[in-house]
Amino acid sequence: MDIHEYQAKEILHRFGVPIPRGALAYSPEQAAYRSREIGGDKWVVKAQVHSGGRGEAGGVKVCDSDTEIRDFSGQLFGRKLVTRQTGERGKLVGRVYVEEALAIAQELYLGLVLDRASERIMVVASAQGGMEIEELSEEHPDAILRMTIDPATGFLEYQARELAFGLGLDSSQVAQAAKVFRACYRAFRDLDATMVEINPLIVTQQGDLVALDAKMSFDDNALFRRNEIAELRDMSQEDPLESHAADRGLSYVSLDGNIGCMINGAGLAMATMDMIKLMGGAPANFLDIGGGASPERVLTAFRTVLTDPKVEAILVNIFAGINRCDWIAEGVVQAFEKAEIKVPVIVRLSGTNVEEGRRILEESQLPVATADTLAEAAEKAVAAVSRSQAA
Amino acid sequence: MSILIDENTKVIVQGISGRIGQFHAEDMLREGTNVVGGVTPGKGGQTVLGLPVFNTMKGAVQETGATASIVFVPPPFAADAIMEAADAGIRYCVCITDGIPAQDMIRVKRFMRRYRAENRMILTGPNCAGTISPGKAMMGIMPGHIYLPGRIGIVGRSGTLGYEAASQMKELGIGVSTSVGIGGDPINGSGFRDLLQLFEDDPATDAVLMIGEIGGPQEAEAAAFARDHMTKPVAAFVAGLSAPKGRKMGHAGAIISAFGESAQEKVVILEEAGVTVAPNPSSMGATVAEVLRRNSLAA
Repeated sequence: MDIHEYQAKEILHRFGVPIPRGALAYSPEQAAYRSREIGGDKWVVKAQVHSGGRGEAGGVKVCDSDTEIRDFSGQLFGRKLVTRQTGERGKLVGRVYVEEALAIAQELYLGLVLDRASERIMVVASAQGGMEIEELSEEHPDAILRMTIDPATGFLEYQARELAFGLGLDSSQVAQAAKVFRACYRAFRDLDATMVEINPLIVTQQGDLVALDAKMSFDDNALFRRNEIAELRDMSQEDPLESHAADRGLSYVSLDGNIGCMINGAGLAMATMDMIKLMGGAPANFLDIGGGASPERVLTAFRTVLTDPKVEAILVNIFAGINRCDWIAEGVVQAFEKAEIKVPVIVRLSGTNVEEGRRILEESQLPVATADTLAEAAEKAVAAVSRSQAA
Repeated sequence: MSILIDENTKVIVQGISGRIGQFHAEDMLREGTNVVGGVTPGKGGQTVLGLPVFNTMKGAVQETGATASIVFVPPPFAADAIMEAADAGIRYCVCITDGIPAQDMIRVKRFMRRYRAENRMILTGPNCAGTISPGKAMMGIMPGHIYLPGRIGIVGRSGTLGYEAASQMKELGIGVSTSVGIGGDPINGSGFRDLLQLFEDDPATDAVLMIGEIGGPQEAEAAAFARDHMTKPVAAFVAGLSAPKGRKMGHAGAIISAFGESAQEKVVILEEAGVTVAPNPSSMGATVAEVLRRNSLAA
């Protein structure tokens, strides 16, 4: 789960990371008023959306007056900000964060991630902040420092100092930097984060370290024990179809193609999508119906897939172990009764109770094309779409 | 022979009193598995399916002499159950549970380092379909009938894609020595490399099919291992050629976030290491057959 910049800053501040003075606004007027509360004569107004690259997308501006703040945030509210991470649809701006502008002497990069190779939390830092880390690792791979943290001891002071000295910081700033690094580690560990990023972490002209931006993501599997994080969820930032499906036990990701997919198991789902692509088609979605799927869940899955207007055919591919083909078949029958299916449906069933499942489909006399193998199913789905396009 | 489990392996089911634990314990018994009891804290002294239930893993191991366990414990408690098994002297543990927090798995992996390598429990999973040595024993949730007993090892992240592979192989008359699911989570017990090592050392396995997917460094590590340390041929498939970067594809670990993590990159890395990669998911069985033929091995 992702959260907004202002939320990440507030959390990190609680753990001891210095942040600029700032306040949240829900309207242009409130944004202007916030600047007067903050004081000073220069502010940064930032659109709050769950995405990086907001600056280059026109979502961030340095303003000199409250008129400018009102005008700029007036353009932001209600608009969908399209960044290079959001895709064409963009993300709705419903909140704006106003901050004092600081004079920057240096920009650093700090990131903490779950490192799969070492199976530990990894701290990544660079003296060249402000750039995206992907860009940085391509252009200046030597400028990136990495350190993995032993969960039994935590982030030790000398390690944090080593990292700070490695960034070439002034001795007067090393203690500050070490404090920031260790604070981020504690926040990551204590709150079940999967990512913490401060980019840039700046050194001000006064020589202070301050987090100018902040991003945090959290482990969905740990939200059951992190109510304080779970309540930060902002559904306006999610794909409505994906969150609707997720709340019902379906793993759904919308894609650009026109063949709707309904499969059990993430690996088989990916493989089926690959097969569609190899046959010259394009999947409209990734959808894993999970294990032990009831006919009702199959019906919900059909409804989810059909919500996407791009879908011109539906491919159901089930290799049942913990699932039951007869339940899946009953779900298909229910879907035809209740979900207004107007596109061709191709069903491939295999595994547990397969005969029973096939019999149910056959006896239903529904216009369902069946297939015995993965290849046959994908081929039929691709053919069905090209037929409907020719017609 | 086979790896990890056979008909003599004494198995404890952790979470046997739950609906899911009980259902699959019954299935495992039907497949010939030597299930000797279960553990559910607070239900010690009861019986499930005629098997004794114990409060603790230590108690279960003492009474039954079990050396393996399978975990059907809900996600908030699963990591603890794994560590309890390790501490009770269990040699092999399968964790089926899906949805364990990543940091719990970091803790599990750190905990296991308390034991010397030779005393360390082997863990596969979490979030996997389990392990089956066809015709001998099953610790998992897979449909046992789709596996033909034989001499090919299978190791994969995905449960159902593993079924697909096993049934394509059965269709061609190719049998399986042991099939192991390592699970779809970012941090898991054993990696591809660990299982390749076990198959390499198993006299009853002639070749290995490895089924990978996008995300993570494990396929690349396995490729290097196959190139440098294996005498047996390895075939592979990598799912997710059509997956876009930065989107999570169901499995918590199936997300392309770094170089070398896309399916295309993994295919190249594997092929460069001498692994034969199936061009598409419906040719996994045919690719294994081709590898066997080229190495003059019987199905």
